Amino acid sequence: MTGEIHTSKIEELRVVHQPLARHDQAEKIAGTTRYAGDLAFAGMLHARLVRSQVPSARLTRRDVTAAVAVPGVISVLLGEDVPNNEIRVDVPGQTIAVGALQASMQVLATDRVRFHGEPIALVIAETEDALAIACELVEVEYEDMPVVSDPEAALADDAPSVHEGGNLLAEWHIDRGDVDEAFAGAAVVVEETYRTQFVDHAYLEPEAGVGWLDDDGVLNLRVATQVVEHYRDVAKILGVPDAKVRVIAPYVGGGFGGKEDMTVEPYLAIAVHRTRKPVRMLWTRNESLLARAKRHRNVMRYRTAADAEGTLLAHDIEIVSDAGAYAYLSALVLLYSTVHACGPYRVPNVRIRAKTAYTNNPPTSAFRGFGGMQMVLGYESQIDEVSRRLGIDPGEIRKRNALARGDRLPVGQEIITEVQLAQTIDAVRERAGDKPVPSGPRKAVGRAIASNMQSYGRLVWLNDSSAAWIGFEMDGSLTVRCGVPDIGGGQASSLGQIASEILAVDMDRISVHFGDSALTPLAGTTTATRQLLMSGNATYEAAVLLRDQVLGAVAADTGQPIDSLRIEPSEIVGPDGATPLLTALQACRRRNVPIEALGTFFGPKGTEVTRDLDGDRIFPDFTFGTHLADVEVDLDTGEVRILRYIAAHDVGRAINPMSVEGQISGAVVQGLGQALLEDVVVQEGVNLTPGLFQYMIPTATDVPDIETVILESGEGLGPFGARGIGEPPIGPPIAVIPAAIADAVGARPTTLPITPERVLDAVARGSRASA
Amino acid sequence: MTATDVTVTLTVNGAPTTRTTGGHVSLLRWLRDLADVTDPKYGCGEGVCGACTVLVDGEPASACIVLAAQVDGAAITTAAGLCEPDGSLGPLQRRFHEHHAAQCGFCTPGMLLCAHAMLRDATEPLSRADIREQLHGNLCRCTGYTDIVDAIEDAQAQGIAR
Repeated sequence: MTGEIHTSKIEELRVVHQPLARHDQAEKIAGTTRYAGDLAFAGMLHARLVRSQVPSARLTRRDVTAAVAVPGVISVLLGEDVPNNEIRVDVPGQTIAVGALQASMQVLATDRVRFHGEPIALVIAETEDALAIACELVEVEYEDMPVVSDPEAALADDAPSVHEGGNLLAEWHIDRGDVDEAFAGAAVVVEETYRTQFVDHAYLEPEAGVGWLDDDGVLNLRVATQVVEHYRDVAKILGVPDAKVRVIAPYVGGGFGGKEDMTVEPYLAIAVHRTRKPVRMLWTRNESLLARAKRHRNVMRYRTAADAEGTLLAHDIEIVSDAGAYAYLSALVLLYSTVHACGPYRVPNVRIRAKTAYTNNPPTSAFRGFGGMQMVLGYESQIDEVSRRLGIDPGEIRKRNALARGDRLPVGQEIITEVQLAQTIDAVRERAGDKPVPSGPRKAVGRAIASNMQSYGRLVWLNDSSAAWIGFEMDGSLTVRCGVPDIGGGQASSLGQIASEILAVDMDRISVHFGDSALTPLAGTTTATRQLLMSGNATYEAAVLLRDQVLGAVAADTGQPIDSLRIEPSEIVGPDGATPLLTALQACRRRNVPIEALGTFFGPKGTEVTRDLDGDRIFPDFTFGTHLADVEVDLDTGEVRILRYIAAHDVGRAINPMSVEGQISGAVVQGLGQALLEDVVVQEGVNLTPGLFQYMIPTATDVPDIETVILESGEGLGPFGARGIGEPPIGPPIAVIPAAIADAVGARPTTLPITPERVLDAVARGSRASA
Repeated sequence: MTATDVTVTLTVNGAPTTRTTGGHVSLLRWLRDLADVTDPKYGCGEGVCGACTVLVDGEPASACIVLAAQVDGAAITTAAGLCEPDGSLGPLQRRFHEHHAAQCGFCTPGMLLCAHAMLRDATEPLSRADIREQLHGNLCRCTGYTDIVDAIEDAQAQGIAR
């Protein structure tokens, strides 16, 4: 731990809030964890996709003759061979259907491809070698079609259509107050356009899985996924009942949203369905970078009005995002952009026009921060510029405008929990001390802060739910079952901690079974920073139910009032003394009291939104934070070195402070990669960065130690007052780095990634401004 | 067996292992698919990410860009080879565990071997910047590296290389 914890709520906790080393980490460090690609069956087959080599074309010929003739090849499948050749994208997980998306794509393209890397054929072979040869021999002829490569150009009337019906996939509006009047009366107006890039999740584990049929004819898929509920989508493709498909999520080697949509699942399923044999599919890094959905690149035009005291009066915002070739979750990602566009500030007059457009670029979909994070660059740069023009301290102006409990967001939602934004600003500044001095004459040092808010939990009209089951074994140990996929954030372990806290069973006597659509209660997706809120609360509820069942049996046996009893390690303690836990469990059995309980937690409810956003609650709640960065800029080369980085968030309550710190530190570095390094370069629809040589994520030498400050208001909606922390810390880095550069050189980069060329451009603009 | 097949014998974490396969098969595939040694991971297939790092006769190598036939007869150490004989975590691994240096864990086996080699070979104390420099061939997307550097620094302070 290289951080601090500031707690404003003290309660007696035995296991929760302890920085426990997790058992799943021990197994990963020992090298024994079997990830999705690590399981093999004797005699299993191998499958691989043949993908489009062009971004936009009609398929005039697909010939598998030569491929099928390769010794060891079992089958080469085309779209016509798929029972229902359609992937319907709806909001996955424990939700009901959503009208906003209505997105679909072919499982295997039959007549038209719309992006570089789109799947066309599925080759199944006995060996990896035969597979590699056969994939080269599938013949595809393309008749090129126009390439739509820019989302703004895509919205022009005369642009070629990527899909029938035009390129506008979705739009959202907010109209609050009187924007024009606010601008007319403003002391300062700031106007700027910000651009973010396509970003790849680049988890270390490429997409992988194994599928097999079991004795009851159930098709099993053990895959790297954030969503076991995709079993329903697979069943529809195969044309079998939902109950005949099972998805198992072993420990996942990183998700970040990239394993929220299906990846290998439909293809593995088709191969198993067709051959009746176990099949393994491993995507190469090239496939992962080429064809899996990316983070949306956004164009964000901000016009901001403030009065002479720095009070924000109005935002007039236009957003255009690049949806790529297929819809996936783009409509909802854009909704997040729209709702988060004004940041953690009170803004009475707001006009937002947001559009997302189809192009022939790689599809875009979920990625940590889900549309909310790009907006941090916009709203934080704008408030900085207001503070600079008015000569108000950047921390002071943020505090002056910070949301507080009872305020309403422009979308209409009321903030119902305490906002500790000001405390996070003070926390990073107190820790930072004095600004460092430059290391040489042609170096400049800059310091900045950036704050943000990010929702945790799903859109309330998705009717989200999660369930968890807890049972005592007769020896007093504990089994927890919950369908949560664990993608490395300690999702399963934290449920064990919650159960341990309430039922007073030591962690090493608890097993958490997770991520199995057939054998664990369905818990929904590990996305949207929702699992601690949803499955944490479900586990809490199950544990309380179970505890009260056991206490009730002891009360009945001993005649002590139930509310005088409490559960302690290995015993139930009351005014008349202690009853051993094992005796209590026997009492339950004798009295027909279950020694297990199912807890189901339902997320907050709300009304589905329409294009014109003017409602009430849209998210369960938000997490707030502030980051501080010191950077040194080389004025001759444009190189940026991050000298110091401090991140503070109010997490409500840290269930496991080490996991919280790890989430913050990892998200910050992922955000720093987006700020300075990463770019999925797509030229006329062709992806030019399909390898880790070209697509560069931060190494250990690119980033400093990330210092964290954890604030605990106890105000979150999760168990023990926890807020979600998985996504929130990824937003501020993309704003604080350009702000620190601006502090150093006098002008702000507005386009990501901030390459040395863009830094030198800022240096030139800065010296012109000061000349 | 075909004309291009070769028989390769490697001592993997102390266990002599012999397999016959195509001469083009990488050490990574040989270990994972033929010997069921799955702790070295495929992350990129071109020697960039470090997830497949193993020790070949004590020296770190990216197993995805080494042919098994090239290293016939070598001793191979994977992360599992850093465990105690009873399978429990070895001293370096325990530092990783205590410092929360693994999240998804996919980069961890490679990180451990890189850390082991740098601590073993250090002729003078490594600063945090030195540690970061030597880790730059092993990518991690979850931790932000801070906890990994902490673990290695702590191991160094306690005189642990393995």
